[in-house]
Amino acid sequence: MAELKETRDGYGDALLQLGKEEPRIAVVDADLFHSTRTDRFAEAFPDRFFEMGIAEQDMVSTAVGLSLGGLIPFANSFAVFLTGRAFDQVRQQVALPAANVKLAGSSAGITQGPDGATHQSVLDVSLMRSLPNMCVVVPSDPEEARLATRAAAEGDGPVYLRLSRYPTPVRREANRPFEIGKAEVRRAGNDVTLAACGVILGRALEAAEALGGEGISAEVLNVHTVKPLDASAVLTSCGKTGAVVTIEEHSIIGGLGSAVAEVLGEDADSHIPLRRLGVADTFGESGTADELLAKHGLTVEGIAGAARALLKTKA
Amino acid sequence: MPVTEPDLRELEKRATEVRLQIVKAMGPGRFHHFGGSLSATDVLVALYYHKLRYRADQPDWPERDRLVLSKGHAVPAVYVCLAMCGFFPVSELATLKQLGSNLQGHPDMRKTCGLEANTGSLGMGLSVANGMALAGRVAGLDYRVYALLGDGECQEGQVWEAAMTSAHYKLDTLTAIVDRNELQAMGRTEEQMSIEPLAAKWQGFGWQTWEIDGHDMGEICDALEAAAEVKGRPAAIIAHTVKGKGISFMEGKPGFHNVMISEEQFREAASGLEAKIAALGG
Repeated sequence: MAELKETRDGYGDALLQLGKEEPRIAVVDADLFHSTRTDRFAEAFPDRFFEMGIAEQDMVSTAVGLSLGGLIPFANSFAVFLTGRAFDQVRQQVALPAANVKLAGSSAGITQGPDGATHQSVLDVSLMRSLPNMCVVVPSDPEEARLATRAAAEGDGPVYLRLSRYPTPVRREANRPFEIGKAEVRRAGNDVTLAACGVILGRALEAAEALGGEGISAEVLNVHTVKPLDASAVLTSCGKTGAVVTIEEHSIIGGLGSAVAEVLGEDADSHIPLRRLGVADTFGESGTADELLAKHGLTVEGIAGAARALLKTKA
Repeated sequence: MPVTEPDLRELEKRATEVRLQIVKAMGPGRFHHFGGSLSATDVLVALYYHKLRYRADQPDWPERDRLVLSKGHAVPAVYVCLAMCGFFPVSELATLKQLGSNLQGHPDMRKTCGLEANTGSLGMGLSVANGMALAGRVAGLDYRVYALLGDGECQEGQVWEAAMTSAHYKLDTLTAIVDRNELQAMGRTEEQMSIEPLAAKWQGFGWQTWEIDGHDMGEICDALEAAAEVKGRPAAIIAHTVKGKGISFMEGKPGFHNVMISEEQFREAASGLEAKIAALGG
């Protein structure tokens, strides 16, 4: 079994490396630097790390000030607080002026686990996706998180990175180039598209494997950038397969599933059956990450089952 | 730099000219934030015409001082100062808040030359100013950062998060100024949600604090000077002001926060200010 790591680890690795290469990289955190994996950056670059205390609103606005002073700040907290509590700061001061601020929402999704609904961010992609100028990236494994963090730092403008504490093997092929805004066909197929983002991608790949054993050819699309959505990749894949299941550990309202539905819905030529797997308009609750994923049908069997059921409706 | 008597007279005249331009830009028949723009005018004039270090022809000069207008609704007063100080043509003031204008209802730094931050939703500006001061420290630049807050705005919790941050990081390149005009949108601050004892609050948060008459140019300039001399902690100036200052029928009266004035009121306001400019030797 490959080594399991978390996307937040890939983020922390990238941040440390970026700090060495680029003196403008700065980090603000809200009393969670172990959990957000900014601790090694803090140790290496104490002059560019600013502990803001438990004050996410102040943290985000301060990051804006750092960016206006010429730095490239990464603002960190749990995804639920960063995007929820500080939403108005992100709206007015990050997104509206397209400030060069990077937002790293950690422990996102129901895979946050035991802390329950208050700490499980199932709306963050929806909130951030609704903001003009905002880019939303949901890496699927630690290596992809490392690449996404680097890409976020290199581009100008706001980026929301959705990071998880769910242990994941690196499935990303070495040397596969990463580009924000470019979806990736991670497994080619003809019968159904499995479009996934984030740490659930691994289960989508396993589901495709299982479906293959039954003679169903599933294509797996890694939509790591939910905004700007790679609409042409979505339409190409769905046009080929004629059916799509979206998979995310996020509310089915406003996230990847909605984004894909918007694109398909406005495409006059496509009558593609769609099934959105995710958290169905409800809050999270306490439990282990795996228990919660199972409860919401986000298992290998749940994904494969959704694909099978969808194929029955296909014209 | 020390301020002389002739300087003060000049600043007073400028402030009256700025008030007149504010009223002209707002005009009759449209809703505008008259009260809070006029209460903050003298402080803004002291900053733009005396204290701030900047280059109007190089607005992104890295060493410039920065002003963050946290009470973003007073931005017409800043627009007039920026225009009169050469950031953009004075003629543009006539487009205030119109569709397609660079002069939005609340500050948009991407649209207006010379603005340093986006504000409007209240309570956020001091945090941004903190970030700018920290960035200056990282870069080894000695610019100063000013944040102008409303008194009603001090009801926003983030103001106090930021006040903690400024003191924690000993931001002595930062001066916060509270425009203490005692009125907010719906009435008196002390009736809506009391903020007193305001100076004691800032002191309690670790700030060196002054209370001044925010319409007395000498006191404003002295306080800005003293604030810049403080070492090891941030400086706060509570500027006691009159909402609607300079227009007799508005002064100190609730109901002129965001309001539309008539043609007749407009003429009265403008002629009063013109007469004052004439009296000041304009």
